[in-house]
Amino acid sequence: MRNSRSLLAPVFAVAMTVAGLFAIPGGAAAEDAPKPPGQKWSFDGIFGTPNLASAQRGFQVYSEVCSTCHAMHLLHYRDLTGLGLNEAEVKAIASTFTVPQGLDDQGVPKDGPGTPANQFRSPFPNEKAARAANNGAYPPDLSLIINAREDGADYVYGVLTGYAEAPSGFTMQEGMNYNRVFPGHQIAMPKPLDDGRVTYSDGTPTTVDQMARDVVTFLHWASNPEEAERKAMGVRVILFLILLAGVTYAVKRKVWSDVH
Amino acid sequence: MAGLHKSDIPNPVLNWIDSRLPIITMMQKEYGVFPTPRNFNYFWNFGALAMVTLVVMILTGIFLAMHYQPNTTLAFDSVQHIMRDVNYGWLIRYVHQNGASMFFIVTYIHIFRGIYYGSYKAPRELLWILGVVILLLMMATAFMGYVLPWGQMSYWGATVITNLFSAFPGVGKYIVTLLWGGFSVDQPTLNRFFSLHYLLPFVLVGVVFLHVAALHIVGSNNPLGIEPRGPQDTLPFHPYYTAKDSVGVCVFLIVWGAFVFFAPNFLGDPNNFIEANPLQTPADIVPEWYFLPYYAILRSVPNKLLGVCMMFASLLVLLILPWLDTSRVRSARFRPTYKWFIFLWVVSFIVLGVCGAHKPEGVWVILSRVATLYYFAHFLVITPILGKLERPLPLPESITQSVTGRPLESH
Amino acid sequence: MAESSASTAHGGSHGHPADGTKRDTLELIAGAGAAMLAGGIGWALIGSMNPSKDVLAVSSVEIDLAPIPTGQGITVMWQGKPIFVRHRTDKEIAEARDVKLSELPDPQTDKSRVKAGHDQWIVLIGICTHLGCIPLGNKPTDMRGEWGGWFCPCHGSQYDTSGRIRKGPAPLDLAVPPYAFESDTRIKIG
Repeated sequence: MRNSRSLLAPVFAVAMTVAGLFAIPGGAAAEDAPKPPGQKWSFDGIFGTPNLASAQRGFQVYSEVCSTCHAMHLLHYRDLTGLGLNEAEVKAIASTFTVPQGLDDQGVPKDGPGTPANQFRSPFPNEKAARAANNGAYPPDLSLIINAREDGADYVYGVLTGYAEAPSGFTMQEGMNYNRVFPGHQIAMPKPLDDGRVTYSDGTPTTVDQMARDVVTFLHWASNPEEAERKAMGVRVILFLILLAGVTYAVKRKVWSDVH
Repeated sequence: MAGLHKSDIPNPVLNWIDSRLPIITMMQKEYGVFPTPRNFNYFWNFGALAMVTLVVMILTGIFLAMHYQPNTTLAFDSVQHIMRDVNYGWLIRYVHQNGASMFFIVTYIHIFRGIYYGSYKAPRELLWILGVVILLLMMATAFMGYVLPWGQMSYWGATVITNLFSAFPGVGKYIVTLLWGGFSVDQPTLNRFFSLHYLLPFVLVGVVFLHVAALHIVGSNNPLGIEPRGPQDTLPFHPYYTAKDSVGVCVFLIVWGAFVFFAPNFLGDPNNFIEANPLQTPADIVPEWYFLPYYAILRSVPNKLLGVCMMFASLLVLLILPWLDTSRVRSARFRPTYKWFIFLWVVSFIVLGVCGAHKPEGVWVILSRVATLYYFAHFLVITPILGKLERPLPLPESITQSVTGRPLESH
Repeated sequence: MAESSASTAHGGSHGHPADGTKRDTLELIAGAGAAMLAGGIGWALIGSMNPSKDVLAVSSVEIDLAPIPTGQGITVMWQGKPIFVRHRTDKEIAEARDVKLSELPDPQTDKSRVKAGHDQWIVLIGICTHLGCIPLGNKPTDMRGEWGGWFCPCHGSQYDTSGRIRKGPAPLDLAVPPYAFESDTRIKIG
């Protein structure tokens, strides 16, 4: 219609200006941090959801390696049904962990085997204790880590696989480790993964790359447990709305037919 | 009986209600037969879209408030409780979170329509001013709402913006202490922000009511900017514009849904997934995208107090726009020179937005100063001068003549 | 210009022209679609008020019966309510069975209030059916009333070893919660 065509050229000009502006180098946040190399993930894209087998292996990596220092206080054992495990499996997994279970008869806090209702076992009772055990550095809680970092999945994978010898001329501070991806290149965490560090029950070879991918897949799920339901619902809702838009447009044309 | 409204409704129950409180008659008059220009384009959908957004935001907000805990030790986890444990909690939260962005997109386009087509000009000045009041209420509501999840950006954004008030000489420090309820952003601040965030949307509903009432006194503007000459220039709002608005709403919901279901955190900041830590400032403090232009204006001025004043001035200047514009012609469609300055203004607003997202160094400083300069020059210099100097295109005879190509038929 | 004139478009009515039925069908479909959308939104919003996953996770409780000696009971919380679990002696079971149902204000057999093969275990919701106080009788030092069951200190209601009301203002027997034996020494309530 006449009306929209007259604005087309200016709108195009504005769009080009905006596109041009984004070409100016200098990222918005953390300009001193290298962008981690891009990876392909099962959960990429509009329809992507995490590969559950990989996420289950990643949970194993988290439990056997990372949970020594990193808590995930927002996760409960009952949430593991989201990885495709059934109630009995979840109950069994929970019971392998010893977690706080209230007070004993003397009023002293006691531990006991975990139940599905319990939160994931935390390695430290609070942040202060965590720092004390780690030279003042706080191993961050991993419940939302993938969402809490720019390009979270690529970043965490990059850090886990980015340990290397410091280049010549680079001065390392005491107790720090060189990492290609970590901002500033010095990270307090020592290299957590080596080949064969865990043994997978499904026989998948446990290379550093494999374990890193699996644990990132698990952490992505942990940060976004609703993702599969959300994307499935999204497909149905958007399709429905497209149909509804079509029908309402047909009604509009009919209503306006005596005017045009 | 004395005093009853004479209702024409056939149904006896509805007639009884309507004769004592004529809301049905009112709805029929204001949204049924109300004469509306026949030549609206789709830019005229955006007011209705804003209303739909407001309703959805209030509904989702009420249900979120059933689970949210406004306590500094519990707030962050309560939002995660909503996301992970509450039935459909993730859906309600993401609709509300992205709805804030949708509200600003829709409102900014609605404002652009007003500027381009001269909808702020007499006799619609008060309608426009009420609109600016709505924009200010939206900004206050959104600002406080963003603090509630108590993430790093919630906390530090609140600290930076509330600290701005300390720029005012003498009383500044006391104003900030009053706002905080303490000596930094903390529990009292969070509590009152929650209370006010729940309250302001209902104040907004009241102002929207006034906004629509004011509109219905003077009638809608239209793309030609000329007043309807008679019934042949208008259509009853129902079914013509109820049908057209329905299409707009569906398309709008598709866009909103695309964000909610497939990119719910695209417009957000990763730092807000980290719980607020008063002892650690994030590397970059960035407000939500809809505040970026004003943030850029604030930072473009090296003086703190002047920066604050300029930022507020960039909104307050809108209030006097009806008196700054000296042109006899409303619609920019008939103002071939001014039209391009409006687009330049839009570009300056977007440039300011991009600048606001970057650290104030290097090219971004120069860019934001140039764009700020143009932003104000557009309203304070160009609009008044061009209104007098420009030779507008000839206006059409009437709306019907412009739409149908036929001259006005006499009745 | 904004008077309430019922003005119509030039030349046509906004009523129903010749192909009105097709438009009516389309309008019906559109209306149905809008209703579905509103219904979906309402479903999600009202559904969010139902118990969340963390509440559901503690909506059932498992109890290990092994540590409870004969003649004694424990009190556990289930869905915010106290649950009495008593390990009855043979004498207590016999007393509960040795009664004419017509004498009971709220007649129920003891057999119907326990699980078959587990007669020694009585599981009750410990809320007096009169006005909601918590009856005494689960701690060894508590009064148990004339029938050796439970005694409510608020208004004097007395329950027998099957938790049935015998005397006092309470109208009904103590309620039995839904529960099942997972093994001889483990029950799951709810």
